[in-house]
Amino acid sequence: MRGNALVALAVIVIAIVPFVLPSFLVFDMIFVAEFAIAGLGLVVLTGMNGQISLGHGAFLALGGYVLAVVAHFWGVPYALGVPLAAVLSGVVGLLIGLVALRLEGAYLALATFALAVAMPTLLKHFKSITGGFNGLTLDPVGAPAWFPSTAQNWLYYVTWFSVGVVFLLSALLVRGRFGRALRALRDNPIAAVSFGINPYVYKTLAFGWSAALAGVAGAFFAMSNAYLSPDSFQATLSIQLLVGAVIGGIMSFWGAIFGALIVQFLPLVAQKINNGAPSVVYGVVLILVMLFLPDGIAGGLHRAFARLRNASPPLALESEPVSSSVPIATHQPTRE
Amino acid sequence: MVRKVTRTAIGLIAAAFAFTVTGATFAPAFAADPGVSDNEIILGGDHPFSGPASAYGNIGKGIGAYFDYVNDHGGVNGRKIKWIDLDDGYSPPLAVQDVHQLVEQDHVFAVFDSLGTEVNTAIRPYLNQNGVPQVFVATGASKFGRDYKQFPWTIGWQPDYQAEAIIYGEDIAREHPHAKIGILYQNDDYGADLITGLKRGLGKHTNQIVKMASYETSDPDVNAQVASLKAAGCDTYMIFATPKFAIQGMISAAKQGWHPLTYLNNVSNVVTYMRLVQKVAGPSAVNGIITTIYLKDPGNDARYANDPGIKFYKEIMAKYLPSGDPTDGNYLYGVAIAYTMVDCLKRAGRDLTRAKLMDAVTHLDETNNPLVYPGTVVRTTPTFRFPITQLITARWLGTDWSPMGVLTDTRSSSMSDAK
Repeated sequence: MRGNALVALAVIVIAIVPFVLPSFLVFDMIFVAEFAIAGLGLVVLTGMNGQISLGHGAFLALGGYVLAVVAHFWGVPYALGVPLAAVLSGVVGLLIGLVALRLEGAYLALATFALAVAMPTLLKHFKSITGGFNGLTLDPVGAPAWFPSTAQNWLYYVTWFSVGVVFLLSALLVRGRFGRALRALRDNPIAAVSFGINPYVYKTLAFGWSAALAGVAGAFFAMSNAYLSPDSFQATLSIQLLVGAVIGGIMSFWGAIFGALIVQFLPLVAQKINNGAPSVVYGVVLILVMLFLPDGIAGGLHRAFARLRNASPPLALESEPVSSSVPIATHQPTRE
Repeated sequence: MVRKVTRTAIGLIAAAFAFTVTGATFAPAFAADPGVSDNEIILGGDHPFSGPASAYGNIGKGIGAYFDYVNDHGGVNGRKIKWIDLDDGYSPPLAVQDVHQLVEQDHVFAVFDSLGTEVNTAIRPYLNQNGVPQVFVATGASKFGRDYKQFPWTIGWQPDYQAEAIIYGEDIAREHPHAKIGILYQNDDYGADLITGLKRGLGKHTNQIVKMASYETSDPDVNAQVASLKAAGCDTYMIFATPKFAIQGMISAAKQGWHPLTYLNNVSNVVTYMRLVQKVAGPSAVNGIITTIYLKDPGNDARYANDPGIKFYKEIMAKYLPSGDPTDGNYLYGVAIAYTMVDCLKRAGRDLTRAKLMDAVTHLDETNNPLVYPGTVVRTTPTFRFPITQLITARWLGTDWSPMGVLTDTRSSSMSDAK
C-alpha cells in the first residue's frame, strides 16, 4: 500500500509538471519520458537478466524510423505507428537475442555496440526509405479539439501515460515465474537450468521485450523532434542510455526514471558548470555516483529511507521505501 | 483505506489548485517582439563546443568577443546585445532542445549563426512556425538560401557549397582536363552539395571521377578511405571534409606516399590547420593545395600585417578573447559574421521588430565588412538570399594561401539553383 501511495505521488507530480514548469522544461520532460521507457528496457534486460546491451540506441532509431516512415509514406496515424514500432523493434530484438545467446558479458556489449555504430550508416544507405542524410520531417503532433491546452502539453501527457502503461505491463510481466526465471538465470545460470528453466526462451524474450520498449521510446522521440536524421542516433546515445540506467539504479524500475533525468539533464548541468569540458564533469559525476552509490540513485534512496524508517516511526510518506511497489525492487542485489 | 482516499483527494485538490493558479502561463502575452527591451537585445546561438566538430566552437566565441566590443562602444541603437550560446555537440536532437530553451526560456529575439547542416535542418521548422528569425546559419548548404518561400525566417551567410565546388570543377576542366579524380567526402547533405557542384563545374568531364570515398563523423580516422582513392589510381584529390577529417586526409595521403593535385574545401582551410599538417607531415603534404577564400586571413602577415580590418580584429581578440589564438580563422569568421549581424540590427532601427530585422537582412548591401576578402560585397534581396557569392581561388605556397586571379562571383550559379 505504501508503494501505491508513492506511485500516486509520482503520478500527481507528473500531472502538474506542465502547470509549474516553463514550456521548454516541459519539452525536456517529454524526452525524460522517452528515456525512461528505453531505460526500463535496460532494467529488465541488464538489471534483471544480466545481459549488457550497448546498442539500445539502434532500437530507438528503428522505432523512430518505423513510425516516421509509415506516417510519411502511407499516412499511418501516430497512434498506430507506436505499437507498430514496438512490434517491429521487438521482432528484431528477438532475432538479435538469439544471436546474443552465444555471447556473454563484455562480448555481448561489444556486439551490440557494433549495432549502434552501424545504425547511422545503414540509415544513410537506404535513402529511398529513410530519406538518407536529409532525414525525414514529421508533422508536429496536434492536440485533439477537446484538450484544453497546447499541443506540446498533449504530447507530454500522452508520452507519460505511455510510461505508465509500459511500466505496468513490465511489472506484470516480471512478477512471478517469468521474473524469477530471469533473475535466476542472471545469478546462477547452472542452478537455474537444473531447475528446468530454459535459458534460450527467457533470455531471448528478455531481449525482445527490452528492444520493443526501446522502439516505443524511439517512436515518441521521433514525434517530439518532428525530424529524424541518422545523426540523431549517434553511437554515444546507446552509451548514455546505459550510463543513465546504471546511475539511476539498474536493479529498480524507479532507476529507469532517475536514469532518464540523468540522461536528459546531466549534460546540460555539466555544460553550465564548465562550458569547456562538459564530458569531464559528466565523467566525474559518474565516478562519484559509482563510488558512493554502487546500486545507483534508486538503490541509495532505498537504503536511506530504510535507515530513516528504522530511526523513527513510519508516519510520513517520505519515510517509506522508494521501490516497494515494484516487484523487482524487493530483490536485494547479491554477489554470489 | 480511509487514509488512502484522503491522500488521493489531497493530491487532486493540489492539482486543481495548481491549475487555477498557474493556468495563465499557457497564454504568454507579449506586447512587443520577445528579446527586445529598452536597453537590451537577446540573441541566441548554438555551436558544437563538444563532439566531432568542436573546432567550430571558436566561431561562437569570436561572435561573443565582437558583441562585447560593440557593447563597450555604445551598443546598437542604445541597446546592448546579450549573447546566449549553447552547446549542441553537432547533434540535431540536442539542437532542437537548445532552440526550445532559447525561444521559450531565454526569449531570444533571434537565433543567430546556429551551426551545421543537419542541425539547421532540424530546427528550421520550429523557428519558422514561431516566427523566430534564424539568421545567418553557419552552413553553406544551398537549401538555406533557396527555400525562402517555405521558410521565410531563415537565411545563410557564407558562400554556398555548390557554388564553391563549381569553381573547383571548372578549374579542373580548364587546367587539368585529363585528371583522374578521387573524392573524400562527409556522408551528409553538406558532402552531397559539394559533389553536385563539382559535377556541374566539371561538365562533360564528370566521368573522370574515378572513385568516391565517404566517411561518417563517428569514424575515428579516414586512412582506409584515402588508401582506396590512392589504390584507384587517382591523381586529383578532392577533400570535402570538416576540419578534423580534412587534417587527417592530408596527413594520411602524405604518410601513404601519395602526392596528388589536391583541392581542399574552404570550411577546413584555416591557416592554423595547414601549418599543423605541414609540421606533422612535411611541406610536401600541403604545398600546392588549392582552395577558395572569401575572408581575410589573420595568419598571413605578409599580406595583411597593415590591413586595417585585420588590425581591428586583432585588437578585439587581444582585449576580449586573450586566451584565443587570433590566427585561428574560426574566430575571424565569428567576428566577420557578427559584424554583418550588428550592421543589420542597426539598420532595422530603434523600433526593432523581428519583421524589421528580416527586412534589413534581405536588403543587404554591405560594402564595408572589414574582414571579408577585399572587394567582396555582402548583398541580398528578398528573392536572392545568398549573402556572400564572391570567392577567389588560392594556392598554398610555403607558409600561406596565395590568391590566384580575381574574385569570381558565383551569383549566377546560385541563382540557377533558385528554381
